[in-house]
Amino acid sequence: MRNKLLAALLLSATTLATAAQAADLRIGLQDDADVLDPDQSRTFVGRIVYTSLCDKLVDITPDLEIIPQLATGWSWSDDGKVLTMDLREGVTFHDGTPFDAEAVKANIERSQTLPESRRKSEVKSIETVEVSGPLQVKITLGAPDATLLAQFADRSGMMISPTAAEAAGAEFGAKPVCSGPFKFVERVQQDRIVLEKFADYWNADAINFDTVTFLPIPDTTVRLANLRSGDIDMLERLAATDVASVKGDGSLGYAEAVSLGYQGITVNLNNGERGDNPFGNDPKIRQAFSLSLDRDAINQVVFEGAFAPGNQPFPPTSPWYDKDYPVPARDVAKAKELLKEAGYDSLDVEVQVANNPVQTQMMQVVQAMAAEAGFNVKLKSMEFASLLADQSAGNYTASQVGWSGRVDPDGNIHQFMTCKGGINDSKVCIPEVDKLLDEARQSNDTATRKEKYDAARDILINELPIVYLYHPTWIWALSGKLDGFTPYPDGMIRLENVKFK
Amino acid sequence: MLSYIARRLVIAIPTLLLVSVFVFVLQKLLPGDPALVLAGEERDPQVLEFIREKYRLNDPIIYQYFYWMKAMLQGDLGISLRTSQPVTQLIADKLPVTIQLAAMAMIIAFAIGIPAGILSAVKKGTVIDYVANFVALSGLSIPNFWLGIMLIMLVSVHLGWLPASGYESPFVDPLKSFQTMIMPAFVLGTALAATLMRHTRSAMLGVLKADYVRTARAKGLLEKTVILKHAFRNALLPIVTLSALLFGELLAGAVLTEQIFTIPGFGKLIVDAVFTRDYAVVQGIVMCTAAGFILMNLIADVLYFLLNPRMRSSL
Repeated sequence: MRNKLLAALLLSATTLATAAQAADLRIGLQDDADVLDPDQSRTFVGRIVYTSLCDKLVDITPDLEIIPQLATGWSWSDDGKVLTMDLREGVTFHDGTPFDAEAVKANIERSQTLPESRRKSEVKSIETVEVSGPLQVKITLGAPDATLLAQFADRSGMMISPTAAEAAGAEFGAKPVCSGPFKFVERVQQDRIVLEKFADYWNADAINFDTVTFLPIPDTTVRLANLRSGDIDMLERLAATDVASVKGDGSLGYAEAVSLGYQGITVNLNNGERGDNPFGNDPKIRQAFSLSLDRDAINQVVFEGAFAPGNQPFPPTSPWYDKDYPVPARDVAKAKELLKEAGYDSLDVEVQVANNPVQTQMMQVVQAMAAEAGFNVKLKSMEFASLLADQSAGNYTASQVGWSGRVDPDGNIHQFMTCKGGINDSKVCIPEVDKLLDEARQSNDTATRKEKYDAARDILINELPIVYLYHPTWIWALSGKLDGFTPYPDGMIRLENVKFK
Repeated sequence: MLSYIARRLVIAIPTLLLVSVFVFVLQKLLPGDPALVLAGEERDPQVLEFIREKYRLNDPIIYQYFYWMKAMLQGDLGISLRTSQPVTQLIADKLPVTIQLAAMAMIIAFAIGIPAGILSAVKKGTVIDYVANFVALSGLSIPNFWLGIMLIMLVSVHLGWLPASGYESPFVDPLKSFQTMIMPAFVLGTALAATLMRHTRSAMLGVLKADYVRTARAKGLLEKTVILKHAFRNALLPIVTLSALLFGELLAGAVLTEQIFTIPGFGKLIVDAVFTRDYAVVQGIVMCTAAGFILMNLIADVLYFLLNPRMRSSL
């Protein structure tokens, strides 16, 4: 009996050892992904999974430059309305379907026409996709659209197998078939998503894992405990409060990148009746409010200095940040003066905040700081779905707002600041800004675009429909035996050249 | 007996109907728009409209209720707005997990709670009684999430004995399944054990004062026989009811414990569903839990008959 037990133990020990040699990577995610169809998906963690599962037409560098992935080269026509893309040779999807110009055409048309598609607005500038060669497509636009390449660096550019897409229709997410470094094996809702190495991947030499398993572990403390106990090899979104302890632990690795997104407070300027109040009517009061805040202190107190204070839709690390307007220092005297000019010694302002501990704490710091300049901030703590509904219906004075960020600057500003913008919850409407932002969209010249954005910001920084506060930092904690991970500002986990030491 | 069970099942129908009306109306009273949550950050108007159309959110509430009831009578609980999966399938996936966790937690609770309750009743007023009470009250007062995290820190991170979190089906890998479940079951079980212990103790104290116990002792029976055969059997009735209710509660999902240990059961599912206004899922789980409760109550009543010969004649 005892011998049998011993034998069983030895056996399990050897199977464990071989399993370790097989290079299985386990990644802890903060949430469970939603449906695994790039055209239908909407979650951040879903994109993390796609990064290993689905290749895109183009990718980005950590400095946000667009580089080839499935498209090896591209050029714009002189009027900026035709994009010609050359495609990589010898690529196949996980089901063996070859990747070619027809596949690209089918993919773009699916993003445009699938009733469930959440990509429609991202590819709406595209009028036709023409197969101009076995490995070349000509994409014709209704109007020049400088944001298109950046869209192709995300879900709109993810290529799924046309054969599988045709067969599965809207159910594609149950068994996704793409052309990325790993192929889909299985998914257990809220428990794990398992991928295995795709042997025929065009860049297979850079891939050093046999399987990747994504495990949603929502509790940050537990996610870290899993890493420390060796149950996972890396995790995303480490809590800012755990940064010091991870950095101090020699057996763990650490990586960070300032995100493309922002957090701030949106103000109801003209969204229904509730926009008619002093805070929404007088930009001077909003300037006073903004000046009363010490953004650096907020970052230190709430996020242990791990995030990046900000005052624009782009983080200070972004090439699009306007360096002429650095993050302002706190100036309570000036804030009081501005408030007085507007005719108030003190003013009541109700600010909505999502009822999670971190955001609540952040707003309490804002409340305390603004109080010194004469703002009597009342925090209205709300559950997120209600907050969102109120915000979009204009049933608010000021409200916490966050944006996960886009590679192209347009994604961080156009929809929020133009009169007809889809997420313009403050209903700011300045024709000059609309003109500048539309023009910025239509030029493919970086310098020209930057000029337009800077000009728009000259106006918006005084108008303040959104008071920007900070830019979250993506923070990863890694097992010490993991090597070669490169942090990207889009928060994705790219596994090329990552390996176990 | 069978006719009794049949009668009880018929009475359950109006109860379930009432539950269905409550859960439906209460949900619709919640502020927030599921389409807004599900459309993604951009909130594309086309997508919003598509979602509202697809899930018939534009129709009057009373219509929506009847669509749901009609489908439910055909065994269809609808489609999850969040994951596009059929709710019946979601429930079928999660129910075994939740039942496994609940069963393991109950076993632990029984193993600790009942002996401790008997012991502290028999040794009332002694050190053993006080210690048992102290432990029971601690079990009740220590929050689940705290105990859970402490256990993970100690057992998984420092000692490395068990996986920190996760889940494995017992049909795939029974050992791993047991390893991943034992900590959460223990966390849940200790809290339940405290309740069970307190109830066992008071039931036993009542019974121990009864005349037949004195008679049994006077007959010269062994103290062990007196306590286990005469006293405990009679004290069992309230414990059976309580256990059935506790088990029913566990079936509704142990939200915090599941969250901490990342167990894909009902609790996690329903919390996510409420936050994303995934109406079909919330309704499906509540209905399923209500049915579970009714079933557990019925089982408790049937157990009464088996345990208490006097009630058999009252049929």
